[in-house]
This record gives sequence, C-alpha cells and structure tokens, in this order.
Amino acid sequence: MELSYTPEQDQFRDEVRSWIAESMPATMKKHAEDGANFEHTEVMEWHKILYAKGWAAPGWPEEVGGTGWDVSQRAIFQEECVRANAPSLSPFGLSMVGPLIIQYGNEEQKKRFLPAILAGEEIWCQGYSEPNAGSDLANLQLRAESDGDDYILNGQKTWTTYAQYADWIFVLCRTSAEGKKQEGISFLLADIHNTDGIDVKPFLTTGGTLAFSETWFKDARVPKANRVGPENGGWSMAKALLGHERTGIGGITESERGLTQVKKNAQRTAVGNSTLFDDPTFRARIARKQMRLRAIEIFNLRALAAAQVGHAPGAESSVLKIVGTELQQEVTELSMDALGQNAMGWLDSPEEALPSHQQAIASQFNYLRAATIYGGSNEIQKNIISKHLLRLPSA
Amino acid sequence: MNFDLTEEQQMIMDQTAKFVAQETPVSRFRKLRETERGWEPEMWARMAEQGWLGIAIPEAQGGFGGSFVDLAIILEQLGRGLVPEPFIASVVLAGGILSDQADEKQCEAYLTPMMEGQTSLAFAYSETQSRYNLSDCLTRAEKVGDGWKISGEKVWVLNGHAADQIIVAARTGGDQLDESGLSLFVVDGDAQGLECIRVPGMDGQRTAVLRFTDVEVSADRLLGREGDAFATIEKAVDRGAAAACAEGLGQVRELFERTVAYLKEREQFGVPIGSFQALQHIASDMYAEMELCNSASILASIQADHPDSEIRKAEISAAKLQLSDGGWFIQKNAIQLFGGIGVTDEQDEGLFFKRLRVLNGLFGDADWHVSRFQSLKAFEAVV
Repeated sequence: MELSYTPEQDQFRDEVRSWIAESMPATMKKHAEDGANFEHTEVMEWHKILYAKGWAAPGWPEEVGGTGWDVSQRAIFQEECVRANAPSLSPFGLSMVGPLIIQYGNEEQKKRFLPAILAGEEIWCQGYSEPNAGSDLANLQLRAESDGDDYILNGQKTWTTYAQYADWIFVLCRTSAEGKKQEGISFLLADIHNTDGIDVKPFLTTGGTLAFSETWFKDARVPKANRVGPENGGWSMAKALLGHERTGIGGITESERGLTQVKKNAQRTAVGNSTLFDDPTFRARIARKQMRLRAIEIFNLRALAAAQVGHAPGAESSVLKIVGTELQQEVTELSMDALGQNAMGWLDSPEEALPSHQQAIASQFNYLRAATIYGGSNEIQKNIISKHLLRLPSA
Repeated sequence: MNFDLTEEQQMIMDQTAKFVAQETPVSRFRKLRETERGWEPEMWARMAEQGWLGIAIPEAQGGFGGSFVDLAIILEQLGRGLVPEPFIASVVLAGGILSDQADEKQCEAYLTPMMEGQTSLAFAYSETQSRYNLSDCLTRAEKVGDGWKISGEKVWVLNGHAADQIIVAARTGGDQLDESGLSLFVVDGDAQGLECIRVPGMDGQRTAVLRFTDVEVSADRLLGREGDAFATIEKAVDRGAAAACAEGLGQVRELFERTVAYLKEREQFGVPIGSFQALQHIASDMYAEMELCNSASILASIQADHPDSEIRKAEISAAKLQLSDGGWFIQKNAIQLFGGIGVTDEQDEGLFFKRLRVLNGLFGDADWHVSRFQSLKAFEAVV
C-alpha cells in the first residue's frame, strides 16, 4: 500500500496547477477567492476552457473524449481544482447521463449526445423525482404512451436542478402499468427547447437562488430513438446512475473547499488583539472536521481505486453519501458560526455590513440542507445498506 | 497511490486470522485474564515462529524487512481474538525504538532474542503527572563513573510487569517540561532498585507502575545520543497510536459483525429485531463508521514511518481521532443493540468494549490528537 505520489505524478500536479492558474479568467479568480456562488455563465465558461484542454471529463473512457488518466491523476486533478476554487462543472451531463449513455446507449446515441455533453454545447438536467415519487422513486407517474415512432409524455417532474439552463432532460417515465412498479419504467432523453409541451418553472430555494425547477410535460412527443436501453428496462439503469451520481455526491471536494474558506474567514475576523482562528475552541472545531474529512477522503480514494479495477460502486456509494453530506453540512454550520453577528446578513446585504467574501455563506448554509435529502435521502441510503449489504430482514 | 495488499500480505492476513481463530480465540483470553502474567511465554514463542515478531524489522537486523502495514495486518487479527501477548509493547514500541536507535551490539543483545520469542520488552515513558505530554519527565539519569543511575517512577507501562528489558525515558538534562535533555536506557526487568507494581486494567490486561530507585546501568545501555531522544519518543508513541488503530479495527469489526448477527437472530414481538427500521439505521451508521475506521487504520499504517514528522503527526492524529470517535459510536451502540445481555460479563461484547476504550485513551486520546493536529504548521497554511 502506498499513498505518496511518484515524481511523475508530482510533475503532473505542477502542470495541472500552473495550467489552472494561467487559464482561469480574472473575474472568476476573484469569485473563487471570495468563495462566491458562481454564475451559470461562469460554470459554462470554465467548462469550455477545460474542454479546449481536453480535461472536461477525466473519468470518461479515452475513445469518447476522456483523459485516459488513472485514479491517482484524477484525484490530483480534482484536488488542484479544489485548491484553486475553480467552479464545479454541472454533473448532469458529464457525470450522470454521459456515463449512462456510454454504458447502455447505442452507437447512434453515443455519436449524437456525447460530443455535445463533452463540449458543453448541450446542457442537461435530471428528471427523476415527482411530487409523489420522492424517496419512493419507483412510484413515478410521468406517463409515456406509445404512438408510432414516438412516446407522448404527460405529467410532472420536480427538483429538476438548473432545468432553466438546460437544453435536454433525461427522464424516468412509466411505459407500463403492468406488474411491479419498478418493471414499467423507461429512460428517455427529451429535447427541452424543440419539443412542444415541455414547460420549465424555476422556484426559489431557501438559499435564495433558483436552483430547482418544476418541469411539466403536456402531450410532449419524444422519439423512441431517444430511449436508452430496453422499454420497461429503465429502473436498473436509473439505479446504476444513482451509483455514478453518489460517487461525487459525498461533496468531499466541497467540504475541503469549505474548510479552507472557514479558515480564511476566521483569520480575517478580529477578536480583540487576535483573530478567531487563534481561538482555541473554534480552532479545535475546525480541526475535528478536517481530521474527519481525511478519513472520508481515504475511504473515497479506496472506492476510486476499486472502481479503477472494475469493481462497480455498491454500498460504498451509500456510505460516502451519508458521511460526506453530513460533514458538508457541518462545514457550512462552522462557516456560519465564524460569521458571528454577520450571520444576520444575506446575499443582498451591503458591503458596509457584510464583506463580499462573506456574502454567499448564509445562502450556501441554507441551500445545503438539501445535501442529506437529494440523490436519495440519507435515510434511503441506510435502507440500502441494511437491505443489500447487511441483509437485515424486511419488516 | 495503491491500497491493495500484496500477495504476501494477503497470505499473512489469512494465516493470522486462521491462527487466532484456532489457537487463541477470545475464550483463551478469558482464562488468561485470571492469571498473574496475563499472557503465556509459550504462545509468544509460537508467535515468533510465525515470523510476526520481526516482521517489520530490516533484514540487516535479522528481521523480515516488512513495513508497518504488515504489523497492522497482524494487529487487526490479534484484536479480533483479544490476544493478550505484548505485541504492541514489545514489537511496535520497544522493537521499533531498538531498530531505529540501537547499535549492532544492542540489537544483538535485546532485539534478536525478542524477535526469536525468548524475551519480551516494554517501553516506559508515561509518568503520573505527564498525561499525554511526552516531554513531561521527572525521571532522571545521572552520570556515575562510566554508567548511569536512574531514579523516578513510570506508570501504565504496557508489559512492564513481565518484560525482560524495559526501555525507559529519563532526563539527563533540562527541566521537567523540556523537549531536550531526554535520553533512553535499557534496564533489565530484574535490575536492582527496580520495583514493579502489577496493575490489573479494565480490559483484563496487565500494566505496571515501575519505580526506579538508584538503578545503575552501564554506558552501553544508552540508546542513541544522550539528551536527544524526544523525537524518538514521539515517533514511538505515534507508532503506538497507529497500532491502536489497527488492533482497534479488529475489535470494531467483531462488535459490528456480532451485532448484525444478533439483530437477525434475536426475536421480539414475534419478529427478528433486525427488521425494525430504527435499529437498521443504527446498524447502517455503525457500518459507515467501521468503514471509516478501516480507512483510518490504512492511513495510519501507511504513514506511521513517514520521514516527514509533520505529515506523520497530522495523519496519525486524524486516524486516531476516527478510531476514538467512530470506535466509540460502534461500541456503545453494540451494547445498546444487544440489550441487557450486552452488560453481562458472560458475553464477549463487553470484553471488546473495554479493550477498545483502553485503546481510545492510549497514545493520545481524541482531544489530545485534535489539539496536536491544530498546532501543526500545515493547519495554519491556507492554500
């Protein structure tokens, strides 16, 4: 066993680091420095910069535009992006539907969709949850009726993250009411702008941003050619995709970034003749989180290393989701505590009361209450561990 | 970066697991905890035959040239059987110090017989006032002629009651709290002026209070440079912490596996209690903490001998915190889920619980490691 890096890997790290420093535009750097919420346009700008370099999808196979990096190189790349506070790319195309199409899509679908995902030319969102299908996802009711070469979709999706920016949505829909509810589900790709009857309505979250949308389907016609995998065979793929989703959903890099931000803020916060960072109680709280994060990081690296040799992510994704998102929230709680009275502020508080580097903290704190809920709530993850790993009896 | 065990390491793990299950299961420890010594020289010799006692000692010193990862693999299995032989005291602590600091003659005299299972060793560093402060040392060694005269008292000395030789930390210069002026000496267990008070512990193992009254040793009993031992002591205790992570992982696994088995077998209200979601979720959280304890032990074992002491300290502290916090979560919930029988001495779970709590407080507890972690230079640096 070995944790350290080879000279080649160290050199790779230097290359990545200096490339990021050179390539990040000045305004983006300023936002990165402040730990601000990145605008969608900035995220896409960064996506295109990475794409031009060939680094947009490090995890994809090389023949479809991946980097061919091994696990260590990918970890190094990720670390350097975090250290530079670079924007996180939207995961829906690159980390979710992309890998699903690579695994289950036909050749035409691969040719049609993968290059545009990679280039950031087409932006994706996820249509899984519905008002009555949250944790009980298989209860989904979005109907897809067969009509010649098309399906006609009627129903509603919700929690479609950043759907207002998306060009395409991947949806789970019901193609059959027969048998078990898991057995009548299909996986479709729908063109939001060029399909009549798809309507996206963003709504405000407690974080003060339009992170989520409701997406309505009214007689929306989707070609059968846009179905990935067999009809009524969507459920197992959906679960596989949740596996992909979860490997990134622990928010490890975000927690690392968050802890750095907490330290910076604590260093800039005067307490008498000293700073909050020198307050032993507060310092110990930061230390505990950073130490916990280290154990989670090693766990994640082990999972990545296993994935590299073809071991499908199983229960470890659930563990990562639980411990990662809990920590992610705790880090935002620390960030808030570091603010003291400034925790009264909000996104639009004036600079005189709330310095710009503190402006997004309350928003992120509020928004990230969703972390233990989205991607399969942490309670659902515990059900998965109990049932599939511990094989505990059902009620 | 690589987390795979080598073929050889996989073999060590399988053989150790088999040996522990067949030769030294928990029932053996139950009997030995009633005895004065608490462990058996015959078993120690058999462990030497297995090659375990010299596994991480360089070949040039007569060992097998393995790494701390090999030690951790063995320790995890020993932890599963609550094996009471003094592996941490003798192999990890004293063996590690000798391998680092002893000259050729000293190696031959003290390390070789230990690796062969003929002797066992101890490392005496804690004092009643020192808590976890490794530089807090009142025990003094004065130069007398060519040799030294040692006086002072050491507490909670692992295997101090049975060791053939004891490595003792004593002050040859400086004041009580100074990092400089500390030296290490090898003292025979039956030396004149050395009084040993046997101390039975919560975990059923034995430690000792060692009282040194003008104990005379010759010049060749000094290990390494005079007054320069602080870094060696720190390193030895970090290796101890890494060993605690590995042994503790064995107990964490036992407690977890036994709890899950019990949830499937115990029935109340006409159904297995493992069908209740409230208990399933606790079990799932235990699983998550166990996986993190496993990661922490891997981290500690890879970094235990890291040449950069700042990195070593940060990594070991992070790992030990996880063993303390995660281990505690698992041990307290294991007892809770077993219900009333979990607090009977007849059940093995209580034995694992006690040993884990002892490891929790050894080589720096959670708060001490947090405190050390936040004092390191790397913690300050914000990149």
